[in-house]
Amino acid sequence: MEFGPHLILALLEGLVQASVLMLTALGLSLVFGVMRVVNVAHGEFFMLGAVLAHVVAGWFGAHPALGFIAALLLAPPLVALAALAFDRTVLHRLGHDPERTIVATIGLLYVIQQLTLMTFGPEARPVTAPFNHRIAIPWIETTAAGLSFYFPWGLSTTSYKLFVVVAAFAASAGVWLMMARGRVGLVLRATQLDRETAQAFAIPVHQVYGFVFALGAGLAALGAVLVVPIRQAHYLMGGDPLLLSFIVVIIGGLGSLRGTVWAALLIGMSDGIVSVFFSPTLAKILATLLVALVLVYRPGGLFGAKPA
Amino acid sequence: MMLELRDIDAGYGTVQVLRGLSLQLAAGEVLCLLGRNGAGKTTLMKTILGLADRRAGSIRLDGVEIGTMPAYRIPRLGVGYVPQGRRLFGEMTVAENLRIGQLAGDGDEATRNSALAMFPRLEERLGQRADTLSGGEQQMLAMARALCLGPRVLLLDEPTEGLQPSMIALIRDAASALAAGGVAVLLVEQRVEAVLEIADRVAFLENGRLALDTTPDALRADESLVHRYVGV
Repeated sequence: MEFGPHLILALLEGLVQASVLMLTALGLSLVFGVMRVVNVAHGEFFMLGAVLAHVVAGWFGAHPALGFIAALLLAPPLVALAALAFDRTVLHRLGHDPERTIVATIGLLYVIQQLTLMTFGPEARPVTAPFNHRIAIPWIETTAAGLSFYFPWGLSTTSYKLFVVVAAFAASAGVWLMMARGRVGLVLRATQLDRETAQAFAIPVHQVYGFVFALGAGLAALGAVLVVPIRQAHYLMGGDPLLLSFIVVIIGGLGSLRGTVWAALLIGMSDGIVSVFFSPTLAKILATLLVALVLVYRPGGLFGAKPA
Repeated sequence: MMLELRDIDAGYGTVQVLRGLSLQLAAGEVLCLLGRNGAGKTTLMKTILGLADRRAGSIRLDGVEIGTMPAYRIPRLGVGYVPQGRRLFGEMTVAENLRIGQLAGDGDEATRNSALAMFPRLEERLGQRADTLSGGEQQMLAMARALCLGPRVLLLDEPTEGLQPSMIALIRDAASALAAGGVAVLLVEQRVEAVLEIADRVAFLENGRLALDTTPDALRADESLVHRYVGV
């Protein structure tokens, strides 16, 4: 394949990756921004979403589309409920202290991972996409007769991948609308800006924290449900989303939703392009190097507030 | 009494700040708290709001025990707070800050409008970020935000700190007008001369204890009291 079509293919793959990463990282960013909790178990909520998607879809074996829709509707709320239960029983008792909650979420990471291994098993398991039509993408070539369109071999995507992009952007827009326009967003932002003053204005911050932790986990699970028909559900699949989400949140600026979206696009797209042209390992090395540079030269992130 | 504190011990973590403090505040009364730095004035306000650890004693609002309530329920009973240093939600607009105040109350637009009527300059700044306001405007917003919840008790923690004289007069007049309307005002202030003009009573705190509960007239008559308890 020529360079041009190859680049388009890489961009499309990167866009799918960036979309899912955007959802996952938004969840992590919300949790850190509002609660100041570094949720090390965030990737496990992603994995749990994928595993539950497989289980729920399995109930509708003969009807993959129905199974996927059920998974989309059930898995994220179930993961959110599990996260809420963890917040109530552990994080709340720790006073949502930033340092102690790191240790608690590390523990949760292993609990979720090992429980999944014990119940779900070590195999990677697929979820069938509800639709998966191949969409060939045209390319332009210059001939003696002028410009002409043709369909290079291999330059294609699927309708499901486009759906993933659209669904992820729609969900992210929903989160943005909630934060920017609604009463819930006002309460969350007030809690994020000044927890004590928020309480002095009747905001139940611990209930807000529970909601945010559940929402963050639910977003990660939603990303996982969307991507699991492209990848597969596996009990160790939470590592990469966690690493990339942290990279995105640090580059975007801790707690900045706008920064998280831009950084997710930057990292997701570059990860896709570098993975296609070189290797996925090199993509991770470059992203980690970028984080190091950001931490040294712009600790507030590329899109976050500049340090005073 | 609208607000009644009895034998309060309170502090933060292992540090005890208030020791056996008792205080009453009636509707329409302005009670000014004076004392040196670290005497416990701000801690007293935070204890009323449930933001500091109350270890002993009772806090009653219109006979209802609020000392055992979670902090977020206390503003809903009509306790407004203007914190020291304003502590606005700086990245939010003026309108959003007022909305936060409304959320703590009944959300009534009339309450918001009457708060804005007290500080008309805020009307022109509704869409502006709070952290871009001048110091005086920020203080007006902090007051208006607290008024948006329709308070029966208003806690003002050094509201004139760092303000120019015209602004101090405006804030002072607003506090007086609120008290005249039946709001009980608890005011922490460093400027003794400003306090004497509007206070009905003056209480001195010393090492977390109530050292003296007196009147502005008694203070005018004996200036050594101020020197003794405040050190100016």
